[in-house]
Amino acid sequence: MKIDTKLENRKLSEIPFWAYTDESVYKKELERLFYNDHWCYVGLEVEVQNPGDFKNTLVGERSVVMVRDDEGSINVVENVCAHKGMKFCREKHGKIKDFICPYHQWSYDLKGNLEGVPLLRGMKKDGKVQGGMPKTFKKSAHGLTKLKVAIRGGAVFASFNHDIESLEDYIGEELLGYYDRVFSGRPLKVLGYNKQRIPGNWKLMLENIKDPYHPGLLHTWFVTFGLWRSDNESELKMDKHFRHAAMITTRGAGGKDDQTTNVSSFKGNMELNDKRFLDVKYEDWWNGPTAVMLTLFPSVIIQQQVNSLSTRHIQPNGKGSFDFVWTHFGFEDDSEEMTERRLIQANLFGPAGFVSADDGEAIQFVQEGCQQKPDDSVAIIKMGGIEIDKHTDHMVSETLIRGMYDYWSKKMEG
Amino acid sequence: MIDFELYQQVQDFYQDYAMSIDSEQWDKWIDFFVEDCVYKIQSRDNFDNNFPLSALALSSKGMLKDRIYGITETIYHEHYYQTHVVSTPRILKVTENHIESEARYAVFRTKQDGIAEVYNVGRYIDRLVRVDGKLLIESRRCIFDNEMILNSMIYPI
Repeated sequence: MKIDTKLENRKLSEIPFWAYTDESVYKKELERLFYNDHWCYVGLEVEVQNPGDFKNTLVGERSVVMVRDDEGSINVVENVCAHKGMKFCREKHGKIKDFICPYHQWSYDLKGNLEGVPLLRGMKKDGKVQGGMPKTFKKSAHGLTKLKVAIRGGAVFASFNHDIESLEDYIGEELLGYYDRVFSGRPLKVLGYNKQRIPGNWKLMLENIKDPYHPGLLHTWFVTFGLWRSDNESELKMDKHFRHAAMITTRGAGGKDDQTTNVSSFKGNMELNDKRFLDVKYEDWWNGPTAVMLTLFPSVIIQQQVNSLSTRHIQPNGKGSFDFVWTHFGFEDDSEEMTERRLIQANLFGPAGFVSADDGEAIQFVQEGCQQKPDDSVAIIKMGGIEIDKHTDHMVSETLIRGMYDYWSKKMEG
Repeated sequence: MIDFELYQQVQDFYQDYAMSIDSEQWDKWIDFFVEDCVYKIQSRDNFDNNFPLSALALSSKGMLKDRIYGITETIYHEHYYQTHVVSTPRILKVTENHIESEARYAVFRTKQDGIAEVYNVGRYIDRLVRVDGKLLIESRRCIFDNEMILNSMIYPI
């Protein structure tokens, strides 16, 4: 089979199944998207509050450590010792003075510079020097691989490419306001993590959050309670490269109308026994929309769904699988009541979520279908036309997915 | 005081609870709880580090009912069997009406393809209350070791 990653414009509306199932495509994605030219999410500043605090995380498949150094800067280094390649940091988070690889005790400062090599000058015995590294060995040439780091409003991004554009240019002026809306610099408070391994291609998750067509159909709660459905006031926006996107919506009244009574997932008689699940309280910083779902290609989704906030980190581990790591957060100055509200609404999301659990299921079964079909099969992405609309003021469109594949095919070409 | 009768009662309670879930008798599952109850499925990492977030956190019998409506009517998913293997309980504290106890559990999941997987492993941390001679749950926290959930978690643990 010949893999041609170029998708002609007229074909942006037809995504070949091999985009999800081909091993060489996946390898190329790691190299070109996750390890080059893209800012990847690594965490929140508040996760490494004090000097020495670290968090073990991933960029693509590569293990990296985010750490705050003694000067207060945040550094991200690759978790591979420069000596023998050992993945030395084994804890998920903690506090350290320096990095020490246990195998031969090579030590690095918190910026990743090699500091100590045991027996560097050998061992003196009977007036002779035994062993030691060659005179030409320079510690400065053997640090940990350092990533470039960008922080904005409390979220931290890293890139293996040090010549990458600024994070602000990367996000793009079209979407930066939606990013800043959540990450305004108001101190954050981590509420905890949920992790799930989804047996599907990583792009299917980005597509899922660029697809406003499905939530009002698949997700009963969204339709029935008006959180997300086709008759809500909505906008779809992209950056100029079409790689990132925002789905923006304002909650409608819920209940019946001509469109939704035909949707099989709509449950007209459904009433919650405990209304606290949807005890939504308007927050001033929303400035209107009750939900903004921001996809920052290729690694993260930033979620505001009413009072529930999270980052959803995509960590691919093969062409047909990725880990999806949810970090739920609120603000440091939230009242106890607001924290409680965010935690109760968190029940809608994550691997057990009233809404999100079925996304994982749907992605798994799409992957299964794509794997069994012949190589020339395609997904039909024609809702709302076959072109890319830079700005759409409704939800009945798959334009954001077409946009992403326009960008993807340009990066993957050749 | 822990006598054999009490121990036996708590042991039966744990086994009956597991059976209600494994046999998908959801109404029976709900009836193991008092009205004003807490039910959480939380990763050990969140629990140990005092992060309040759970994979699922229900704090009333009404929420339990909403969850059952969710798994039977609204959450799209492929059906799977669960089999719980629950250890003998450790009874930590007994007062006139309350019992604090723990047990270890392993849950095996079997989907349509018939291969059983280790799905969730952890411990129950419980506060039980005696109502009319019967034990009911005031608080059950399922604290699981395997932080990485195998895609989705639909049914209770």
